[in-house]
Amino acid sequence: MPLIRSSAAELANLMATGEASSVEITRASLDRIAEVDGEVHAFLHVDAEGALAQAAEVDRRRAAGEELHALAGVPIAVKDVVVTRGLPTTAGSRILEGWVPPYDATLVTRLREAGLPILGKTNMDEFAMGSSTEHSAYGPTRNPWDLGRIPGGSGGGSAACLAAYEAPLAIGTDTGGSIRQPASVTGTVGAKPTYGGVSRYGLIAMASSLDQAGPCTRTVLDAALLHSLIGGHDRMDSTSLDAPVPPVVEAANRADVSGMRIGIVKELTGEGFQPGVQKRFEEAVQHLVDAGAEIVQVSCPSFRYALAAYYLVMPSEVSSNLAKFDAMRYGLRVLPEGIDDPSAEQVMAATRDAGFGDEVKRRIILGTYALSSGYYDAYYGSAQKVRTLIADDFARAFEVADVLVSPTSPTTAFPFGDKMSDPLSMYMQDIATIPANLAGVPGLSLPSGLADEDGLPAGFQILAPAMKDERMYAVGSALEKRLHAAWGGPLLARVPSLVKEA
Amino acid sequence: MSTSTTDALMGYDEVIERFDPVMGLEVHVELGTATKMFCGCATTFGAEPNTQVCPVCLGLPGALPVVNAVGVESAIRIGLALNCQIAEWCRFARKNYFYPDMPKNFQTSQYDEPIAFNGFLDVELSDGSTYRVEIERAHMEEDTGKSLHVGGATGRIHGATHSLVDYNRAGIPLIEIVTKPMVGAGERAPEIARAYVATLRDLLKGLGVSDVKMEQGSMRCDVNLSLMAKGAEAFGTRSETKNVNSLRSVERAVRYEMCRHGALLAAGEKVVQETRHWHEDTGMTTAGREKSDAEDYRYFPEPDLVPVAPSREWVEELRAALPEPPAQRRKRLQTAYGFSDLEMRDVLNAGLLDLIEETVAAGGSPAAARKWWSGEIARRASAQGQDVPTYAAGLGLSPAAVVELEGMVTSGRLNDAMARQAWEGVLDGEGTPTQVADARGLQLNQDTGALEAAVDEVIAANPDVADKIRDGKVQAVGALIGQVMKAMKGQGDAAAARALILERLGQPS
Repeated sequence: MPLIRSSAAELANLMATGEASSVEITRASLDRIAEVDGEVHAFLHVDAEGALAQAAEVDRRRAAGEELHALAGVPIAVKDVVVTRGLPTTAGSRILEGWVPPYDATLVTRLREAGLPILGKTNMDEFAMGSSTEHSAYGPTRNPWDLGRIPGGSGGGSAACLAAYEAPLAIGTDTGGSIRQPASVTGTVGAKPTYGGVSRYGLIAMASSLDQAGPCTRTVLDAALLHSLIGGHDRMDSTSLDAPVPPVVEAANRADVSGMRIGIVKELTGEGFQPGVQKRFEEAVQHLVDAGAEIVQVSCPSFRYALAAYYLVMPSEVSSNLAKFDAMRYGLRVLPEGIDDPSAEQVMAATRDAGFGDEVKRRIILGTYALSSGYYDAYYGSAQKVRTLIADDFARAFEVADVLVSPTSPTTAFPFGDKMSDPLSMYMQDIATIPANLAGVPGLSLPSGLADEDGLPAGFQILAPAMKDERMYAVGSALEKRLHAAWGGPLLARVPSLVKEA
Repeated sequence: MSTSTTDALMGYDEVIERFDPVMGLEVHVELGTATKMFCGCATTFGAEPNTQVCPVCLGLPGALPVVNAVGVESAIRIGLALNCQIAEWCRFARKNYFYPDMPKNFQTSQYDEPIAFNGFLDVELSDGSTYRVEIERAHMEEDTGKSLHVGGATGRIHGATHSLVDYNRAGIPLIEIVTKPMVGAGERAPEIARAYVATLRDLLKGLGVSDVKMEQGSMRCDVNLSLMAKGAEAFGTRSETKNVNSLRSVERAVRYEMCRHGALLAAGEKVVQETRHWHEDTGMTTAGREKSDAEDYRYFPEPDLVPVAPSREWVEELRAALPEPPAQRRKRLQTAYGFSDLEMRDVLNAGLLDLIEETVAAGGSPAAARKWWSGEIARRASAQGQDVPTYAAGLGLSPAAVVELEGMVTSGRLNDAMARQAWEGVLDGEGTPTQVADARGLQLNQDTGALEAAVDEVIAANPDVADKIRDGKVQAVGALIGQVMKAMKGQGDAAAARALILERLGQPS
C-alpha cells in the first residue's frame, strides 16, 4: 500500500521496523499535496521545509536509539485557527492575512515535542463559523468525494486533506460540530473530547465556553492516539481539566462493546434526516447489537432548544472574542476612504468592515444584540438556562445508557452554494452535534457508509459522559471493525483518486 | 474637549444653604504583585515601553488568562480590612468597549459578583469626630495600557498628530473600591472625601498590598458628585470626575463640582451626566466624554476563567493575619508614648510614627525618638523634597543611632547642646554619634575642681545676682549657669553647675 494511504498507526509501525523513514512519509504527503491540493484546496499554507526538517530530526533521533513518541515522525496538518509560531495563521479571515504568531498553541507544542512534522495549515470557515468552508476568505475547500460539493465545516480543510490522502492526521476544533460534521461528510473520523480535555491555549477563540480541539483522522485508533497526545492538563488554560487523559487508546484497541448499553436519542433520528443517512445509521446500530451491545431508547426533550440556545451563547461570546481584531496591534489595517486624518475608532471600523466576512459580521451583530442591556436576561440568560436543561437531559440519559448514538449530520455533503442564501438551513447541519458542545460532553464521528441516494459518505455519532471519552472510542472501534469487514476495507478506499489517468 | 470655557460657580456657602451634596468615590488601586493579574509579566513601574508584555496581556489571538492567586489574596485582605463580606463564589466578567489601549477591547473585571461587598471604613475628621463611609464593593480587574498623545499642545488626544500606546500597564492587577452614595455630608463633603482617601491609603499601605503612590497613578480616585435641593429625596444628575490624583485635589475637586453644579441648578440648567477631567494646575474640571446610564458595556461572565471560590478557612486565616488597623494603632501608640494631640498630629504629618515605634523598640524613649526624628533632620529632608523616613533611609540612618545618642545624654557624656552637635555630625555623614563625639571632642568636663573654680569665679563676678538667689529668687540661677558653661567652653555639666551654685548660695537644689 502506498505510504499516503496508510493510517498513522501503520506509519508508526513502518518507522519502528525501519521499513520507512519519516522523511519518506512526509515527502509522500507533500508530493500528494502538490499533486491534488490545487483542486481540493485543503491547505492555506504548506510548510514543506519545516515539515521535512522535523522529519529528518525524528529520523536522526530514531537512528540514535532515542525513545520516541508512538506518533513521532507521522506528519500532521493543523487547522488554521490554531496558532503556530513562525507559520502564518489566519483563521480563514482576511483580517489576519499575513499574521505570523510569535508563539505556539499548547497542543502545537505537544505535537512538536512529540516530533510530528507539521505539513501546514488547513482551510476553514472564517473564524470557524460555518458548515461548508464556503465562508473562508481564501476560497472553499472541495470534497474529495465530489469536487462540486462542500467538505463540511468549519474544519473542511482538516477533513478533506485526510480524505484526499494529503495527510494521515489533522487537528480540528469543534464549537458546534466543526470536527464531527466534516468527518461525517468526507468519510473520515473526528472526535471532540470532553470540554477542557485539550488545552485551548493558542486556539483563536470563537466561543470560549464551547470550543474544543480534537483529532481528525482516518481510523478510530489514530484518533485515540492523537487525542492522547494533545490531551491533558495545561496550566495556561484555566478551563483545562486537571485530570489524566482518559484511557482512549486502550479502549480503541480493545474495541469491546459487549454488555454496553447504547442509547438511541429519539430527538436526533428520523424526521429531518436524509433517508440514506438514517438507513446507514440503523445498520450500524445493528452491527453494535451483533457485537454484543444492548440498545435502549432515550429521550432528551430539551435538545429541541439546543440550536436556538447555541445561536445566542455562541454569537455573544463571538462578539466579545472578536473585538480584539481592531488593526491596532497586528493583522489587517484599512484606512477609511475620504477621511484625511482618521481617528483610531474610524480605522477600527474601516478595518473590521473590510476584514470580516458576512457570516462573521452576522454573528457579531447577533451577539452584541443578545448581550445588550435589557435583552441580556431574555437572550443570553435564557440560553444559559437551556444549557443547564440540556446537561440535565444528558445526565438522565447516561443513567440508562453508557453512550448515546445518532447520525452525525442530517445529510450528506451538499453542493456549493446550496445553503449560502439560507443561513438557517446551514445552521441545521449541526442539529445533532451542538448538544454535546452545550453540555461539554465528548463526541466522535466515524463513517457509517455511503447513502444510497447519492453515494456520498454518512456519519455515525457517539456521545459519552464528560471525562468518559474512552467509551466512544470503544464503541467506535468495534463498529469500525465490523463495517470494514462488511465493506471489505475502509470506506475511503472508494474515494475518487483525484489524479487524472494518463 | 475644551479647556477654555470657564464654568459659572456658586459660592460654597450658598451651595450648602440650598443643596445637599451626594457623593460617591471610586478608588482604583494597583496591587504590588510581582506579576500581572492574568499572566506572568513583570509589573515594574517605569520600564521601557512594551517590554513587559506577552501574548496574554497583549491580547494576541489564542491567548488565555490565568488568575494571579496573590491578586485574589490581596483583594480578600483589602475586603476584610474594609469590613466587607467576602464572596463564597464569584466570577470575573468582561466589560466590553473599544479603546486602543485595551488589548482585547474588553476589560476583564467583575460585575454583579464582586469578591468583597458591604463594608465600611471609619474616617477621622479634623474636629475629632468620626464619619463612617459605607463600602459598596471591592472588586478585582485589570488595568489598561497607557496612551501617549504626541504633537498636541496639552498631551491630550485633541490636536495630537499621533498616539503611542504602552502596554506594560495592561493587565496589572487593580482593585476598585466603590463607596455607597454618601448622603448628608453637607459642608463636610470635601473634607470627608479627602479624609476617606487618606485613610484608605494608610490602610492599604499598612496591608502592604500596594505602594499607593497617587502621583504615579498606583492609586487613583474618581469623584461622583451630584446635588439635590434641600428636602428633596431623589438624587440629582451626577458628574464623574476622573483620575483625581492627590489628597488635596480630591478635596478641591469635590468643592469645585459642588459649586459648578450649584450654579447650573440655580440657573435652571441641567447637569450633564458626563465624565469630567480634573486639572491640577487650574483647580477646575472640564467636560470629557458624555456618559449615560444607557452606555452599555455588555457585561457577561468571563468564559475563559473559572469561578473564584475562596474557602472559609482561607478567608479566616487571612482575617486573623490582618495587621492592626492604622487608626487603632495610632491611638494605642499615642497613649503608650504620652504624646499630646498636637505632638501626635505633627508626628503623623511628618510620617514619623514607624520610625518612632522602631526607635522605641530598639530601646529609645518616645520623647527622645520624637525629638531627634523631628527638628534638624526634618529641615534637611524637606530641603531635599523628601520626607524624613526616605531621607533617613538614604543616609543609611537607623533607629539605633537615636538610641545611641540618647544613651550618651543620659549617661552624662553629652549635654543637650553637645548632643545636637553630634547629631549634626551624624547627618553630615561623619559616622555614628559616638564617632562624631570622639572626633569633635564632645565630652562633658567631669573635673569637679575646674567646675568649683568656675562657679566661685562667676559668683564673685556677679554679686547682685548672687544676692537675689540668696534671697530665694532661685530662677535667677540660669544667668549664672550660662556664664559657668561659657567659662568651661561649653563642656561643663549644666546640671552639676546648677546644683553647685545653689549649694554655694545656701539654697536647696
